[in-house]
Amino acid sequence: MSGFANVLTVILVSVGLVFFLAGSVGLLRFPDLHSRLHALTKADNLGLGLIALGVAFQIGEPYAIVKLALVWLLAVLAAASVAQLIARSALDRLPAEGQADRQA
Amino acid sequence: MNAALLLDAGLCLLILTAAVLAMTGRDLFGAIAFFIVYGILIALAWVRLEAVDVALAEAAIGAGLTGVLLIGAWSLLRRAGVSEAHELSHWGLRLVAGLASAATTVVLAAAVLALPPGREGLAPLVTERLADHGVSNPVTGVLLDFRAYDTLMESIVLLVALVAVWALTPASAWGGVPGMRQHARPDGVLAMFGRLLPPIGLVMAVYLVWAGSSQPGGAFQAGTVLAAVWLLVVMAGIYDEPPISSGLLRTALVAGPAVFLAIGIAGLGAGALLAYPDEYAYGLILLIEFTLTFSIGATLALLVAGRARRAA
Repeated sequence: MSGFANVLTVILVSVGLVFFLAGSVGLLRFPDLHSRLHALTKADNLGLGLIALGVAFQIGEPYAIVKLALVWLLAVLAAASVAQLIARSALDRLPAEGQADRQA
Repeated sequence: MNAALLLDAGLCLLILTAAVLAMTGRDLFGAIAFFIVYGILIALAWVRLEAVDVALAEAAIGAGLTGVLLIGAWSLLRRAGVSEAHELSHWGLRLVAGLASAATTVVLAAAVLALPPGREGLAPLVTERLADHGVSNPVTGVLLDFRAYDTLMESIVLLVALVAVWALTPASAWGGVPGMRQHARPDGVLAMFGRLLPPIGLVMAVYLVWAGSSQPGGAFQAGTVLAAVWLLVVMAGIYDEPPISSGLLRTALVAGPAVFLAIGIAGLGAGALLAYPDEYAYGLILLIEFTLTFSIGATLALLVAGRARRAA
């Protein structure tokens, strides 16, 4: 059981790290603010979720697993909301780009 | 073992890099961003040293709240049209500041290295004496019992800082409301976030201060969470900041330090200032922690809000 759990942990954390890497590359390489935000939030949420899930297999205590899930949920909630707010404030600040985005 | 060493070495390298970038950053905003990153990395370092209480406080206050204060100061400077080139002070001043910082670092490093290896310091004494008192988290025991006057002073310092900020209020706005009135679109993301997160934050704050008696947590960490909830509610436009002339608000600000001080003075009856009678120690410490959390939360939130700007 513990061997199986270890394999699952390694796989899930590795895949999670790939999402973090993809998000970071997106942040550096994507041309404008909205696509960079898209890369960051989507990839980080999934990456953190996968890492939390992977770590959960190493924890015996159910209570700690609930806490871990709560951490992930709160991080997703905060990241999603903040991304929306940054995107909207950028739209207000760059009317030209904003018009293009709204028509698209 | 080697993996842990690699992690620690990497963490140290990242901390140093973040510190250097925060100091040498080309613009102020970049420097603030790296200062926040530095705070979060330091919090991770405290976790690695198994000082979770300190890590929580560093992440909440050092990185989170100080970061918000710095960004607020930056945006005020920018609105006031202060040019950043002005910030670059004379090279001589920079040299003196750099040398003073380096000297402090050397003295601290020498002090740490001079500690005899293998000794536990005061830890065994604290563990031994903790059994006589109410709380089982040694950090809370030290902060609110053995070294209670430090914590009392800290809570008063926060209050004095707020008084200093309020003292900058122009006479026309005195007694008024700090900050700008915030408006959020009623069906927007911020309005939703501002209603969804506060209940969770309140539960979290109560949990943190309650957990503080037996595990990592405590008044400062919980107070920061309360302050964050307060700021979020104001930013989402759900409630406005209270006027600084409000009696209720001032009571909330003073309650923590006042209760702490009153219990401390009552301790004179038990033998010394801030001495708790053994049979009541647990209840008294909890009472102090909870009122202190409340006051710290209000003080931190109002520090971020700044001086009064509008009539009540």
